[in-house]
Amino acid sequence: MSTLETLLQQLFNALSVGSLYAEAAIGLAMVFSILNLVNFAHGDILVLGVYTMIFGLAAGLAFWSAALLGILASALIGLFVERIAYRPLRGAPDVSLLLTSFAVTILIENGLILFVSASPRAFPLPPYLSGFVSLGNLRLPVIDLSVILGAFLLLLVLTVLVTRTSIGIAMRAAASDLTGALLCGIDINKVIAFAFGLGSAIAGVAGIGWAGRIGKIDPFMGLEPVLKGFVACIFGGFGSIPGAVLGAYILGGMEVLLTAFLPSEYSQYRNAFVFIILIIVLLVRPSGLLGKTDKEKL
Amino acid sequence: MLSVESLNVYYGRIHALQNLSLSVSQGELVAVIGSNGAGKTTLLRSISGLLRPRSGDVLYQGRSIAGLPPHRVVELGISHCPEGRHLFAPLTVLENLMMGAFSRGTGEAYTRNLELVFTLFPVLKERKKQRAGTLSGGEQQMLAIGRALMADPALLMLDEPSLGLAPLVVARIFESLVTLRRAGKTILLVEQNARMALSVADRGYVIERGQVVLSGSGRELGTNPEITKAYLGGEG
Repeated sequence: MSTLETLLQQLFNALSVGSLYAEAAIGLAMVFSILNLVNFAHGDILVLGVYTMIFGLAAGLAFWSAALLGILASALIGLFVERIAYRPLRGAPDVSLLLTSFAVTILIENGLILFVSASPRAFPLPPYLSGFVSLGNLRLPVIDLSVILGAFLLLLVLTVLVTRTSIGIAMRAAASDLTGALLCGIDINKVIAFAFGLGSAIAGVAGIGWAGRIGKIDPFMGLEPVLKGFVACIFGGFGSIPGAVLGAYILGGMEVLLTAFLPSEYSQYRNAFVFIILIIVLLVRPSGLLGKTDKEKL
Repeated sequence: MLSVESLNVYYGRIHALQNLSLSVSQGELVAVIGSNGAGKTTLLRSISGLLRPRSGDVLYQGRSIAGLPPHRVVELGISHCPEGRHLFAPLTVLENLMMGAFSRGTGEAYTRNLELVFTLFPVLKERKKQRAGTLSGGEQQMLAIGRALMADPALLMLDEPSLGLAPLVVARIFESLVTLRRAGKTILLVEQNARMALSVADRGYVIERGQVVLSGSGRELGTNPEITKAYLGGEG
């Protein structure tokens, strides 16, 4: 493989990883933008979607029907969690919400251990998703291609939803000024439910791609996507959806390229390097790449 | 049309409104004046549902609306254009206006109100694709009023529309209020700029420390020596 081919291969990996991070980050960003809540249970909502999908497969559903069922389950669980865990705390200090999200995390993870199993389960990919496409010397896994294409389509749909539909614009409005949104007659509960439902559905998509890439699922698998999504959000500017997406692809790119091109004795420290870069970015732009600076606020 | 009856509102332990009563009749422009911290903003926030009164009542067209959530109050026909405007800075002018009509949908009233807003403030039509955060202060105030009008209110409440604006712009904003009043809108106006407010108001209330201390017609209050001394003196 030439250096250029290696670079292309790694860029392709970065796109795939970045797509999953982006899907995990979007829901976090949407919820944070309205409620100032970093919903750490987001990763567990993702995991529950994957489990639902596996049960669907075990019950004999076709792969795509089961996938749809999993995504739907994530969305409904997101709505449910908002309704029973977060809504009663409306008006409480932000830190109470944060602690509640940890409680939800513990509840879901232990529920899975209790009622399913703590040991990993295989996530079976259909044969047409487990192969490779060869392009010259490049070997592109079909699952990664699907992840990238899926994320691209999802971002298109999301863009239409938040710029063309009334509830989507209302979500951005509520994120920019909650009092203004209330006085416009926007039913804030509907907007929050929309953010949770949509964000959780997108997390469900991320979960399927995630499990598809590593081939298994366990009750604690939600931690990594939520952490990566969190870092992506900080990179891009917390609360900004485009920022979360941009941050996710930059994060994925850095991780993959650092692993590929750092001398092997350093590559185990790639996360440390990623955080060094993150710290530098935040020193220059404290509110992230696309975050609001005070100047832009009214 | 609107009747506030012995309203008591607290911020924590601060008694912000004390047995405050006032009324607004259909078609009137009523001004509430008073110094900073007198409770003017609290009054509007209690009517629009942002604050929940401890006791007393707010009657709108005969029914109690105290304690209703803000979106229900908007649906009933009361729009509150808040102090500080609370616009959606990253959204375009048109998106801001659309959000004003959130409770009304995009039917016939939407088109009619959009036309009204663009007639009243033509600059908003020119800038409809611009982000609200890029507008000048005066344009932002016009957008805030426009957004409140998009909810198709029977009663429009404005909080300090003159705040921080140049005199010419203030005059322009007040002109639009007179136009709206002539077009049949009922207006409840809260202002620190007492002279301007009383010059356009049918009636006025003076509040101090959460209580109504004086009321009368706009002309009476505007020529009352006490008022002139307390609220108009330094403002030339």
